[in-house]
Amino acid sequence: MQAEERFTYETWPAEPEKATLEAKNKFLGFWFFLGGETVLFATLFATYLALKDKVPSADHALAKDLFEIPLAFAATMLLLTSSLTSVYAMYHMKNFQFKKMQLWLGLTVALGAAFLGLEIYEFNHYVHQFGHTFTSSAFGSAFYTLVGFHGGHVAFGLLWITTLMIRNSKRGLNLYNAPKFYVASLYWHFIDVVWVFIFTVVYLMGMVG
Amino acid sequence: MANQQSSSGNPSVDTEYRRKKNAEEMRYQIVSFTLMIFLTIVSFVAVGYEGFSGWFTVPFIILLAVIQVIFQLYYFMHMSHKGHEAPSLFLYSGVLVGAVTILAFSTIIWW
Repeated sequence: MQAEERFTYETWPAEPEKATLEAKNKFLGFWFFLGGETVLFATLFATYLALKDKVPSADHALAKDLFEIPLAFAATMLLLTSSLTSVYAMYHMKNFQFKKMQLWLGLTVALGAAFLGLEIYEFNHYVHQFGHTFTSSAFGSAFYTLVGFHGGHVAFGLLWITTLMIRNSKRGLNLYNAPKFYVASLYWHFIDVVWVFIFTVVYLMGMVG
Repeated sequence: MANQQSSSGNPSVDTEYRRKKNAEEMRYQIVSFTLMIFLTIVSFVAVGYEGFSGWFTVPFIILLAVIQVIFQLYYFMHMSHKGHEAPSLFLYSGVLVGAVTILAFSTIIWW
Protein backbone atom coordinates (compact mmCIF):
# COMPACT_ATOMS: atom_id res chain seq x y z
CA MET A 1 0.00 0.00 0.00
CA GLN A 2 1.53 3.26 -1.15
CA ALA A 3 0.88 6.53 0.59
CA GLU A 4 0.51 8.32 -2.75
CA GLU A 5 -1.78 5.67 -4.23
CA ARG A 6 -4.99 7.00 -5.79
CA PHE A 7 -8.12 5.91 -4.02
CA THR A 8 -11.84 5.73 -4.71
CA TYR A 9 -14.63 5.61 -2.19
CA GLU A 10 -14.64 1.81 -2.51
CA THR A 11 -10.92 1.38 -1.85
CA TRP A 12 -10.54 4.09 0.81
CA PRO A 13 -9.65 2.42 4.14
CA ALA A 14 -11.98 2.68 7.12
CA GLU A 15 -9.32 4.29 9.30
CA PRO A 16 -7.13 6.29 6.88
CA GLU A 17 -5.57 8.14 9.81
CA LYS A 18 -3.90 4.91 10.94
CA ALA A 19 -3.55 2.98 7.68
CA THR A 20 0.19 3.44 7.06
CA LEU A 21 3.18 3.14 9.36
CA GLU A 22 3.86 6.85 9.04
CA ALA A 23 0.27 7.55 10.02
CA LYS A 24 0.53 5.30 13.07
CA ASN A 25 3.71 7.07 14.13
CA LYS A 26 2.11 10.49 13.66
CA PHE A 27 -0.90 9.44 15.67
CA LEU A 28 1.19 8.14 18.57
CA GLY A 29 3.66 11.02 18.49
CA PHE A 30 0.93 13.60 18.41
CA TRP A 31 -0.82 12.18 21.45
CA PHE A 32 2.51 12.20 23.27
CA PHE A 33 2.78 15.89 22.38
CA LEU A 34 -0.76 16.49 23.69
CA GLY A 35 0.23 14.87 27.00
CA GLY A 36 3.08 17.40 27.22
CA GLU A 37 0.74 20.25 26.26
CA THR A 38 -1.54 19.20 29.12
CA VAL A 39 1.33 19.71 31.56
CA LEU A 40 2.29 23.01 29.94
CA PHE A 41 -1.21 24.46 30.30
CA ALA A 42 -1.62 22.97 33.78
CA THR A 43 1.46 24.87 34.97
CA LEU A 44 0.05 28.08 33.48
CA PHE A 45 -3.29 27.44 35.20
CA ALA A 46 -1.46 26.77 38.47
CA THR A 47 0.43 30.06 38.14
CA TYR A 48 -2.77 31.91 37.33
CA LEU A 49 -4.59 30.46 40.33
CA ALA A 50 -1.71 31.37 42.62
CA LEU A 51 -1.48 34.94 41.30
CA LYS A 52 -5.15 35.69 40.64
CA ASP A 53 -6.10 39.17 41.90
CA LYS A 54 -2.59 39.76 43.28
CA VAL A 55 -2.19 43.44 42.50
CA PRO A 56 0.16 46.02 44.03
CA SER A 57 -2.51 48.56 45.03
CA ALA A 58 -6.26 48.93 45.34
CA ASP A 59 -6.66 51.00 42.14
CA HIS A 60 -5.85 47.98 39.95
CA ALA A 61 -8.73 46.14 38.33
CA LEU A 62 -9.50 42.65 39.69
CA ALA A 63 -10.97 39.66 37.86
CA LYS A 64 -14.52 40.57 38.88
CA ASP A 65 -14.11 44.10 37.49
CA LEU A 66 -12.71 42.91 34.16
CA PHE A 67 -14.72 39.94 32.96
CA GLU A 68 -18.20 40.10 31.49
CA ILE A 69 -20.56 37.26 30.66
CA PRO A 70 -21.53 38.22 27.06
CA LEU A 71 -17.98 38.39 25.71
CA ALA A 72 -16.82 35.17 27.37
CA PHE A 73 -20.01 33.42 26.27
CA ALA A 74 -19.66 34.53 22.64
CA ALA A 75 -16.02 33.40 22.50
CA THR A 76 -16.95 30.04 24.03
CA MET A 77 -19.76 29.44 21.53
CA LEU A 78 -17.48 30.30 18.59
CA LEU A 79 -14.74 27.90 19.66
CA LEU A 80 -17.12 25.12 20.67
CA THR A 81 -18.90 25.32 17.31
CA SER A 82 -15.56 25.28 15.49
CA SER A 83 -14.82 22.02 17.28
CA LEU A 84 -18.02 20.55 15.82
CA THR A 85 -17.23 21.78 12.31
CA SER A 86 -13.86 20.05 12.45
CA VAL A 87 -15.64 16.84 13.51
CA TYR A 88 -17.75 17.23 10.35
CA ALA A 89 -14.57 17.70 8.32
CA MET A 90 -13.17 14.40 9.64
CA TYR A 91 -16.51 12.70 8.96
CA HIS A 92 -16.20 13.68 5.30
CA MET A 93 -12.53 12.68 5.30
CA LYS A 94 -13.53 9.16 6.37
CA ASN A 95 -16.14 9.11 3.61
CA PHE A 96 -13.54 10.21 1.05
CA GLN A 97 -15.32 13.48 0.24
CA PHE A 98 -12.47 15.89 -0.19
CA LYS A 99 -14.45 18.98 -1.22
CA LYS A 100 -16.84 18.70 1.70
CA MET A 101 -13.93 18.20 4.07
CA GLN A 102 -12.28 21.36 2.75
CA LEU A 103 -15.55 23.26 3.14
CA TRP A 104 -15.94 22.26 6.80
CA LEU A 105 -12.28 22.95 7.51
CA GLY A 106 -12.81 26.40 5.99
CA LEU A 107 -15.74 26.95 8.36
CA THR A 108 -13.55 25.83 11.26
CA VAL A 109 -10.88 28.35 10.28
CA ALA A 110 -13.48 31.12 9.94
CA LEU A 111 -14.90 30.44 13.41
CA GLY A 112 -11.41 30.21 14.88
CA ALA A 113 -10.46 33.52 13.29
CA ALA A 114 -13.62 35.13 14.72
CA PHE A 115 -12.64 33.81 18.14
CA LEU A 116 -9.16 35.24 17.79
CA GLY A 117 -10.55 38.61 16.68
CA LEU A 118 -12.77 38.70 19.76
CA GLU A 119 -9.78 37.91 21.98
CA ILE A 120 -7.72 40.72 20.43
CA TYR A 121 -10.61 43.11 21.01
CA GLU A 122 -10.86 41.87 24.60
CA PHE A 123 -7.15 42.34 25.41
CA ASN A 124 -7.22 45.78 23.81
CA HIS A 125 -10.26 46.67 25.92
CA TYR A 126 -8.56 45.58 29.16
CA VAL A 127 -5.40 47.50 28.37
CA HIS A 128 -7.12 50.75 27.42
CA GLN A 129 -10.16 50.77 29.68
CA PHE A 130 -8.67 49.24 32.80
CA GLY A 131 -4.90 49.74 32.49
CA HIS A 132 -4.67 45.97 32.94
CA THR A 133 -1.44 45.08 31.12
CA PHE A 134 1.18 42.34 31.13
CA THR A 135 3.42 44.38 33.42
CA SER A 136 0.84 46.18 35.58
CA SER A 137 0.57 43.39 38.16
CA ALA A 138 1.35 39.73 38.86
CA PHE A 139 -2.31 39.09 38.11
CA GLY A 140 -1.88 40.74 34.69
CA SER A 141 1.23 38.69 33.88
CA ALA A 142 -0.43 35.40 34.85
CA PHE A 143 -3.64 36.26 32.98
CA TYR A 144 -2.02 37.30 29.70
CA THR A 145 0.42 34.38 29.80
CA LEU A 146 -2.33 31.79 30.22
CA VAL A 147 -4.98 33.25 27.91
CA GLY A 148 -2.38 34.57 25.46
CA PHE A 149 -0.70 31.19 25.20
CA HIS A 150 -4.05 29.69 24.33
CA GLY A 151 -4.67 32.45 21.79
CA GLY A 152 -1.23 31.73 20.33
CA HIS A 153 -2.22 28.09 19.97
CA VAL A 154 -5.38 29.16 18.17
CA ALA A 155 -3.36 31.36 15.80
CA PHE A 156 -0.93 28.51 15.14
CA GLY A 157 -3.81 26.10 14.52
CA LEU A 158 -5.38 28.51 12.02
CA LEU A 159 -2.11 28.77 10.09
CA TRP A 160 -1.63 25.01 10.24
CA ILE A 161 -5.09 24.10 8.94
CA THR A 162 -5.00 26.83 6.27
CA THR A 163 -1.60 25.62 5.09
CA LEU A 164 -2.84 22.02 4.87
CA MET A 165 -5.91 23.11 2.92
CA ILE A 166 -3.91 25.15 0.40
CA ARG A 167 -1.07 22.66 0.13
CA ASN A 168 -3.42 19.78 -0.66
CA SER A 169 -6.12 21.68 -2.55
CA LYS A 170 -5.29 20.07 -5.90
CA ARG A 171 -4.05 16.78 -4.58
CA GLY A 172 -7.24 15.34 -3.19
CA LEU A 173 -7.27 12.84 -0.36
CA ASN A 174 -4.69 10.08 -0.08
CA LEU A 175 -2.98 8.19 2.70
CA TYR A 176 -0.18 10.75 2.73
CA ASN A 177 -2.32 13.72 3.72
CA ALA A 178 -5.30 12.10 5.51
CA PRO A 179 -3.27 11.58 8.73
CA LYS A 180 -2.11 15.19 8.53
CA PHE A 181 -5.69 16.44 8.44
CA TYR A 182 -6.63 14.07 11.26
CA VAL A 183 -3.79 15.22 13.52
CA ALA A 184 -4.63 18.88 12.84
CA SER A 185 -8.22 18.22 13.89
CA LEU A 186 -6.99 16.55 17.09
CA TYR A 187 -4.97 19.67 17.82
CA TRP A 188 -8.01 21.84 17.22
CA HIS A 189 -10.11 19.80 19.65
CA PHE A 190 -7.35 20.04 22.22
CA ILE A 191 -7.43 23.84 21.94
CA ASP A 192 -11.11 23.61 22.73
CA VAL A 193 -10.43 21.34 25.73
CA VAL A 194 -8.07 23.99 27.12
CA TRP A 195 -10.63 26.73 26.46
CA VAL A 196 -13.29 24.84 28.44
CA PHE A 197 -11.03 25.17 31.49
CA ILE A 198 -10.13 28.77 30.67
CA PHE A 199 -13.72 29.94 30.46
CA THR A 200 -14.53 28.04 33.65
CA VAL A 201 -11.47 28.81 35.78
CA VAL A 202 -10.54 32.28 34.50
CA TYR A 203 -13.79 33.90 33.37
CA LEU A 204 -16.59 32.23 35.31
CA MET A 205 -14.64 31.79 38.57
CA GLY A 206 -13.34 35.33 38.10
CA MET A 207 -16.87 36.67 37.97
CA VAL A 208 -17.88 34.66 41.02
CA GLY A 209 -15.11 36.46 42.91
CA MET B 1 -12.52 -7.76 9.00
CA ALA B 2 -14.32 -6.44 5.94
CA ASN B 3 -14.37 -2.91 7.27
CA GLN B 4 -10.65 -2.87 7.93
CA GLN B 5 -9.98 -3.25 4.20
CA SER B 6 -7.06 -0.99 3.54
CA SER B 7 -5.63 -1.83 0.14
CA SER B 8 -6.96 -1.15 -3.30
CA GLY B 9 -7.33 -4.16 -5.52
CA ASN B 10 -9.83 -5.68 -3.16
CA PRO B 11 -13.19 -4.10 -3.80
CA SER B 12 -15.10 -6.47 -1.53
CA VAL B 13 -15.43 -3.83 1.21
CA ASP B 14 -18.99 -3.21 2.31
CA THR B 15 -19.33 0.48 1.52
CA GLU B 16 -22.98 0.60 2.50
CA TYR B 17 -22.13 -0.71 5.97
CA ARG B 18 -19.32 1.77 6.37
CA ARG B 19 -21.43 4.71 5.28
CA LYS B 20 -24.05 3.72 7.84
CA LYS B 21 -21.44 3.29 10.54
CA ASN B 22 -19.93 6.72 9.87
CA ALA B 23 -23.37 8.34 9.80
CA GLU B 24 -24.24 6.65 13.09
CA GLU B 25 -21.05 7.95 14.65
CA MET B 26 -21.80 11.44 13.39
CA ARG B 27 -25.16 11.27 15.19
CA TYR B 28 -23.35 10.54 18.46
CA GLN B 29 -21.09 13.52 17.77
CA ILE B 30 -24.13 15.79 17.36
CA VAL B 31 -25.61 14.47 20.60
CA SER B 32 -22.36 15.10 22.47
CA PHE B 33 -22.09 18.58 20.95
CA THR B 34 -25.63 19.38 22.10
CA LEU B 35 -24.77 18.19 25.60
CA MET B 36 -21.59 20.28 25.61
CA ILE B 37 -23.51 23.41 24.61
CA PHE B 38 -26.09 22.62 27.28
CA LEU B 39 -23.41 22.22 29.99
CA THR B 40 -21.80 25.50 28.91
CA ILE B 41 -25.09 27.36 29.17
CA VAL B 42 -25.78 25.84 32.60
CA SER B 43 -22.34 27.03 33.81
CA PHE B 44 -22.89 30.57 32.57
CA VAL B 45 -26.40 30.70 34.05
CA ALA B 46 -25.12 29.37 37.39
CA VAL B 47 -22.60 32.21 37.52
CA GLY B 48 -25.04 34.85 36.27
CA TYR B 49 -27.68 33.84 38.84
CA GLU B 50 -27.20 35.82 42.05
CA GLY B 51 -28.84 33.29 44.38
CA PHE B 52 -25.95 30.81 44.56
CA SER B 53 -22.95 31.33 46.79
CA GLY B 54 -19.41 30.86 45.47
CA TRP B 55 -19.02 27.78 47.64
CA PHE B 56 -21.63 26.05 45.51
CA THR B 57 -20.97 27.65 42.11
CA VAL B 58 -17.21 27.06 41.84
CA PRO B 59 -17.16 23.26 42.42
CA PHE B 60 -20.32 22.97 40.32
CA ILE B 61 -18.91 24.71 37.22
CA ILE B 62 -15.61 22.81 37.55
CA LEU B 63 -17.55 19.55 37.58
CA LEU B 64 -19.45 20.63 34.45
CA ALA B 65 -16.16 21.56 32.74
CA VAL B 66 -14.70 18.13 33.53
CA ILE B 67 -17.79 16.38 32.14
CA GLN B 68 -17.63 18.52 29.02
CA VAL B 69 -13.94 17.76 28.49
CA ILE B 70 -14.65 14.03 28.81
CA PHE B 71 -17.17 14.36 25.96
CA GLN B 72 -14.64 16.29 23.93
CA LEU B 73 -11.89 13.69 24.48
CA TYR B 74 -13.93 10.51 24.11
CA TYR B 75 -16.22 11.55 21.26
CA PHE B 76 -14.66 14.45 19.34
CA MET B 77 -11.12 13.13 19.75
CA HIS B 78 -12.26 9.49 19.40
CA MET B 79 -10.68 8.20 22.60
CA SER B 80 -13.66 5.86 22.96
CA HIS B 81 -12.41 4.00 19.86
CA LYS B 82 -10.14 0.97 19.97
CA GLY B 83 -6.39 1.52 19.75
CA HIS B 84 -6.21 4.46 22.15
CA GLU B 85 -4.32 2.77 24.98
CA ALA B 86 -1.08 4.71 24.44
CA PRO B 87 -2.89 8.06 23.95
CA SER B 88 -4.74 7.43 27.24
CA LEU B 89 -1.47 6.71 29.00
CA PHE B 90 0.12 9.90 27.64
CA LEU B 91 -2.88 12.08 28.36
CA TYR B 92 -3.56 10.80 31.86
CA SER B 93 0.13 11.03 32.79
CA GLY B 94 -0.07 14.68 31.73
CA VAL B 95 -3.28 15.16 33.72
CA LEU B 96 -1.68 13.60 36.80
CA VAL B 97 1.40 15.83 36.69
CA GLY B 98 -0.80 18.84 35.92
CA ALA B 99 -3.17 18.10 38.80
CA VAL B 100 -0.31 17.81 41.30
CA THR B 101 1.12 21.11 40.05
CA ILE B 102 -2.22 22.90 40.38
CA LEU B 103 -2.81 21.39 43.81
CA ALA B 104 0.65 22.52 44.99
CA PHE B 105 0.33 26.03 43.58
CA SER B 106 -3.13 26.63 44.99
CA THR B 107 -2.46 25.21 48.49
CA ILE B 108 1.14 25.64 49.61
CA ILE B 109 1.95 29.00 48.04
CA TRP B 110 2.10 31.60 50.78
CA TRP B 111 1.45 35.00 49.27
